[in-house]
Amino acid sequence: METIVFSLLNGVIYGLLLFMLSSGLTLIFSMMGVLNFAHASFYMLGAYFAYTVTDATSYWFALIFAPILVGLVGAGVEKWGLRRVHANGHVAELLFTFGLAYLIDEVIKIVYGRNAVDYRVPEALDFPLFTLYGAQYPAYRIFMLLVAVAMLVALWVLLKKTRAGLIIQAALTHPHMVGHLGHNVPMIFMTVFGVGCALAGLAGVIGGNYLVTDPFMAAYMGPIVFVVVVIGGMGSLEGAFVASILLGLLQTFAVSVDASFADLFGWIGLSSATEVGRITIAQLAPMLPYLLLVLILFIRPRGLMGEREL
Amino acid sequence: MKLIASAALAAAMSFVALGASADTLKIAFIDPLSGPMGPSGESGLKHFMFAAEELNAEGGVNGSQVEVVGFDNKVNPKESLVQLQKAIDQGIRYVVQGNGSSVASALIDAIEKHNKRNPGEEVLFLNYAAVDPAFTNEKCSFWHFRFDSDADMKMEAVTDWVAGHPDIKSVYLIGQDYSFGKAVAAAAVRMLEVKAPEVKIVGNELHPLAKVKDFTPYVQKIINSGADAIITGNWGSDMVLLVKAAIDAGWDKPILTYYGGSTGAATAMGEAAVGKVRQVSEVVVNYPSSPEQQERIAKFEEKYPENSYYYHRVFNVMHFLDAAAEKAGSNDPTKVAYAMEGMEMDGAYGHLTMRADNHQILQDLFVGTFSANPPRGVEGLPLGWMAEDKDHIPAAATSMETTCQMTRPKM
Repeated sequence: METIVFSLLNGVIYGLLLFMLSSGLTLIFSMMGVLNFAHASFYMLGAYFAYTVTDATSYWFALIFAPILVGLVGAGVEKWGLRRVHANGHVAELLFTFGLAYLIDEVIKIVYGRNAVDYRVPEALDFPLFTLYGAQYPAYRIFMLLVAVAMLVALWVLLKKTRAGLIIQAALTHPHMVGHLGHNVPMIFMTVFGVGCALAGLAGVIGGNYLVTDPFMAAYMGPIVFVVVVIGGMGSLEGAFVASILLGLLQTFAVSVDASFADLFGWIGLSSATEVGRITIAQLAPMLPYLLLVLILFIRPRGLMGEREL
Repeated sequence: MKLIASAALAAAMSFVALGASADTLKIAFIDPLSGPMGPSGESGLKHFMFAAEELNAEGGVNGSQVEVVGFDNKVNPKESLVQLQKAIDQGIRYVVQGNGSSVASALIDAIEKHNKRNPGEEVLFLNYAAVDPAFTNEKCSFWHFRFDSDADMKMEAVTDWVAGHPDIKSVYLIGQDYSFGKAVAAAAVRMLEVKAPEVKIVGNELHPLAKVKDFTPYVQKIINSGADAIITGNWGSDMVLLVKAAIDAGWDKPILTYYGGSTGAATAMGEAAVGKVRQVSEVVVNYPSSPEQQERIAKFEEKYPENSYYYHRVFNVMHFLDAAAEKAGSNDPTKVAYAMEGMEMDGAYGHLTMRADNHQILQDLFVGTFSANPPRGVEGLPLGWMAEDKDHIPAAATSMETTCQMTRPKM
């Protein structure tokens, strides 16, 4: 029982963090057709900006200004980088974001050094909130949950309930038509790119001190974010949400399951004395998202809720 | 400030290689200098540089100045071989490494091969921290000397401690998923069976090396298992993040570690870990030692205020190298290796012997306890490691049988 409760809590929090990262990516992809390889780098930028701002002022300033800063950087990248490259087609855009990811990585290494920085959970949130089955639960995790849910609600309201959201939704599927109707499509693209990056930045701000802030955090998160987008279906926010929560739960549950291959496949005669039989489900946890990725591409290439094929 | 210091260190590392000259004895330091395990490697490099200065101030090794050159291997065995080749191409004949038995294993193989194919240009590997017991048993090599006590020797100390605490009825083993983590777990299971058969092993878990960023699920599993103590061989970021998650979850029972002193761990543990986290090591800076040793510790921490004196064995490596080269009357690796076999020396914390049969050092060990208000704290905190005489294990008691059958080259 306790295992289930804890895994649910941890899985949902991790899942929401993943969603915060992948929502921007999937928005950008569906609108501009650009698979932004540098997306996880904006997540890293968020964490580092937050570290710097926290050092100078306080965590609460960082929580607000670091994502804005990342959003501005993102908007700048779109305006002065992607837009020019766009004329040369999708491959050029892909290569551009690919190069950008490396560039951001290297700049971070030069500015902040190659090792982890001491970006900490703010003192005000650094206490156990409640005790559950003998284990204390840190308040900061619940705070992350709240921030993520707040972001989710805000994003939903923005997209579904406002005029701007209406235009964005229209531009997602019919950008030319929206342009012909007299809307400034490049401006919409820039805003969406900026907001997408800001969301990744926000994930960095709240995830950087919960996990670790080092120059490898982008490379660590990058692949998983792509897995989320592919499983959820390219360009589907709902799909990204379902996939994020699914992956979050899958990974945390896998870690907490105390079973090995021998327990699972004992009925076909696999004994715990063999090399294969000794592999535990927990050991497989890091591999599961990619296994799922391969399976999804195999069985349902457009993802859980995607509308178009890859 | 921290940024500038680490940037400067990185720059220094890449440029020292240029100033080669005939009368310097160069040592290649092949360890992680970036990534999650970077802090461990950087700390090791600083200890080596400091020890080199110490030797140089006394006239160097046979009159040659010692220079330590850093090579970043990212704890990756393949990358390590590239770095080894780079070092050999620069004419370096001595290699030191410690972080990761997977890396050490690759280096041992590569150096064996290199030395067989290039007589007269032999390379010697002085291992200061990779503790997979295989290296001094079935996998032993004439070209490898180990200056840390191996995983089995340390596990003897840990299991003795468990056996001496009857209130511990169950333990949870957690470690990194590679040769070293497996060796630790196997040793724990084997030894507990003999010494404390009534102690139950309620969990035996391996997690990927340097990949886990959030240990909370693991810790909650441990708490749910009802274990009375955790035994772990984790090091580097895996140590820091594991204890961080454990303390955050309110774990208040013993954690028996090999590397509780990993850089950053003390900060992550804080007050909450006092009296709970223990570490088996060859040095406890607050244990009584000679005024010279106290001065060395003070000078080191004055020079590198970001680091704590941790790798005492690095000084043992350098002084054994110095003494062996002097005894051999040459800096040639083959002659030095022969001279080092069976060599004895009085160290700061007891008598040291380099076994001739398997190249494993015998040194005194301590089971240190993380304590409040020690004479000398770590990481700028009023917390640090303490040990009493009852926590002191004499070198002779750590000696183990070996299956090593070494083939020695002709002189």
